[in-house]
Amino acid sequence: MRTFRIGGLHPHDNKAFSAHKAIADVALPKQAIVPLAQHIGAPTKPVVAKGDKVLVGQVIAEAGGFMSANVHAPVSGTVNKVDSIVDSYGLPMPAIIIDVEGDEWLPEIDRTDTLEKTIKAEPKEIIGKIQAAGIVGLGGACFPTHVKLSPPPGNKAECLIVNAVECEPFLTCDHQLMLEHGEEIIVGIDIICKALSIDKAYIGIEGNKPDAIEKFQELVKGAVNHVEVVPLKLRYPQGGEKQLIDAVIRRQVPSGALPIATGAVVQNVATVFAVYQAVQKNRPLVDRIMTVTGPSVKNPGNYKVRFGTPLNEVLEAAGGVPEDTGKIICGGPMMGRAMANTNMPAHKRTSGLLLLPENISTRREPENCMRCGKCVDVCPMGLEPYLLSKMGDMRMWDEMEQHNVMDCIECGCCLYTCPSNRPLLDYIRMGKATVGGILRARAAAAKAAAEAAKNEEKK
Amino acid sequence: MNNLIVSPAPHVHTDNTVRKTMLNVIIALLPALVVAVIYFGFSALIVTGISVASCVLFEHLITTLLMKKRSTIGDLSAVVTGLLLAFNLPANLPWWIIVIGALVAIGIGKMTFGGLGNNPFNPALVGRVFLLISFPVQMTTWPVPEGFATKYIDAATAATPLGLINEGAVDNLPSTLDMLLGHMGGSFGEVSALALIIGGIYLLCRKVITWHIPVSILGTVAIFTTILWLAAPESYMNPCFHLLTGGLMLGAIFMATDYATSPMTPMGQIIYGVLIGIIVVVIRSWGAYPEGMSFAILIMNACTPLINHYCRPHRFGEKPKK
Repeated sequence: MRTFRIGGLHPHDNKAFSAHKAIADVALPKQAIVPLAQHIGAPTKPVVAKGDKVLVGQVIAEAGGFMSANVHAPVSGTVNKVDSIVDSYGLPMPAIIIDVEGDEWLPEIDRTDTLEKTIKAEPKEIIGKIQAAGIVGLGGACFPTHVKLSPPPGNKAECLIVNAVECEPFLTCDHQLMLEHGEEIIVGIDIICKALSIDKAYIGIEGNKPDAIEKFQELVKGAVNHVEVVPLKLRYPQGGEKQLIDAVIRRQVPSGALPIATGAVVQNVATVFAVYQAVQKNRPLVDRIMTVTGPSVKNPGNYKVRFGTPLNEVLEAAGGVPEDTGKIICGGPMMGRAMANTNMPAHKRTSGLLLLPENISTRREPENCMRCGKCVDVCPMGLEPYLLSKMGDMRMWDEMEQHNVMDCIECGCCLYTCPSNRPLLDYIRMGKATVGGILRARAAAAKAAAEAAKNEEKK
Repeated sequence: MNNLIVSPAPHVHTDNTVRKTMLNVIIALLPALVVAVIYFGFSALIVTGISVASCVLFEHLITTLLMKKRSTIGDLSAVVTGLLLAFNLPANLPWWIIVIGALVAIGIGKMTFGGLGNNPFNPALVGRVFLLISFPVQMTTWPVPEGFATKYIDAATAATPLGLINEGAVDNLPSTLDMLLGHMGGSFGEVSALALIIGGIYLLCRKVITWHIPVSILGTVAIFTTILWLAAPESYMNPCFHLLTGGLMLGAIFMATDYATSPMTPMGQIIYGVLIGIIVVVIRSWGAYPEGMSFAILIMNACTPLINHYCRPHRFGEKPKK
């Protein structure tokens, strides 16, 4: 089986808690809190006001530019207010708050389960529909999908790689989605291939999901395009975009370049399903599947959650927060974010809730680095985390830049593997933030200097 | 609900710790210790005990009294240093010399630089070479391996095979089987190549070390000595003899692979190993000392930062060097 060529490791996948649990609906909340920014890029502008009646699927906030994504009403009811709440990380989160009344959908949305195989829309139309439906990458980064499907000039897409790796331990939502909605995902792949005018697609699935591999090997026979299922050797962070491209088509994205430089467009499997729903069913992105799991969670499983549902209610559906909980993580254990409270609503970015018992929630005391080099062995970007963290500690920003700190994908392998419990990634993140600032300042200064020189010439 | 704990990702961690790593090294050294006790009796245990106890004690005193920090002896690295120092000593070395060696190893070799991981040279070798230069007579008077009859004080003494070669006494050499098992004169931890190889295989299986350093050292020694032996068999010993004698096996498996003082990347480790192998053979064949493993490793320890500088890992997306 194939895998990526540099670094990586194999943490215990802990998927048994919620694997193969059928997708269950979480009840609609009494009040939905719909964040205005659920994606990377420009924030959206609300187009509803207090007292407005909204239907499910209606645009309530418009994209603030090309690099942005519409927000739709995930529930029907009356807009209570447009306000700012404090999210689970303690940051302000502007949101539209809707008092839920019934569950009325826009009439043009097809909510039936019939499989629509014929793709009537033309490429331009497809991308327009995806843009209108507010679809973003559901793997966690929330990059607007229509942007990814519009390669910048000079780049040509050659193939689509569907990210069905789900390499984060504990998470199983993509796996369950594949088992329950495989046929729709295949149509989704054909839609994206049509939008990109390509006819080659790969589905990368890790070997710990043999049933999904088998199912898709059967299903791809019905695809319009040449779709290949690629079983991948279990290895974290295989779901990283660059690692997946390397694993599947043996090409490495050069430092600083976009993944499209390799000719590959990577889309998460849940995103592909959302594309199917948007293009074939006119259904915008108003819900997602979340894994709620943890060693002591009562009903761990895969839950379909309407955006705006407070995470408290999602946790209730899974049997409540266990007594021994020390940490609640939004996302997986390797890259997810620990939350200070659960008042935040579910939105496009919440891929899962992981509840860890208190005894494994704290980091161990760091000891001296013994220079064992395990962090160098596991770094999937070929960096030297021990060295970068030391440079970060000593504020050696220029040296960090020379040692490719900006290539770090923050997968957490170095910190995971360190026998001395060194906070390697913490220092590297600090370095990335600072070096990133320096690079932007340098670019701005260069631009200003060029303009000044131009003005000088004109005089 | 309790107050939630918030910390940056990742939120899970490997079970591996410094202590477990060091424990694995200690386990890997045990076969050699057992063989040492079989050939040199309780004196091997006495020397090991004194060395380990004084290394641990010195590290504890230095961290708590001088550095005013939490004692670091719990990570067991001082035990490993103590064992390795002892393994490099004759089984009849007076106790006070061992204590001095331990003080130099831990005090100068390790803690001066900030403790575990910060030392540029292998601490046990710093201690060993200090003793070799300061007490050359005691350090090169090896007891005859007489099993439990070997006395700690006033033991009958014998030369090592390499010492015999250096003196030209080729007729008194032990058989190859004896050399493999360790039935010969020498520092008591280094005599049994077989026991050390078993320990090395254990370390490889536990992923404490990789093959690069030991294989490149042993391979280089084998190739280099084969060339010399084929060119002039009357002046140079065969490669088998070189591989089984002196501190080569102990050094290649346990000392050169020390994390802090060896290069990080596989490429760097191979360069480091090959150069150690060359230096050892040069010292053994043409140097004043019969054995040069300690010096070879220390010299290459000094080159490690340079090797690390030039042997960077292959960055993702980087074009392979042509």
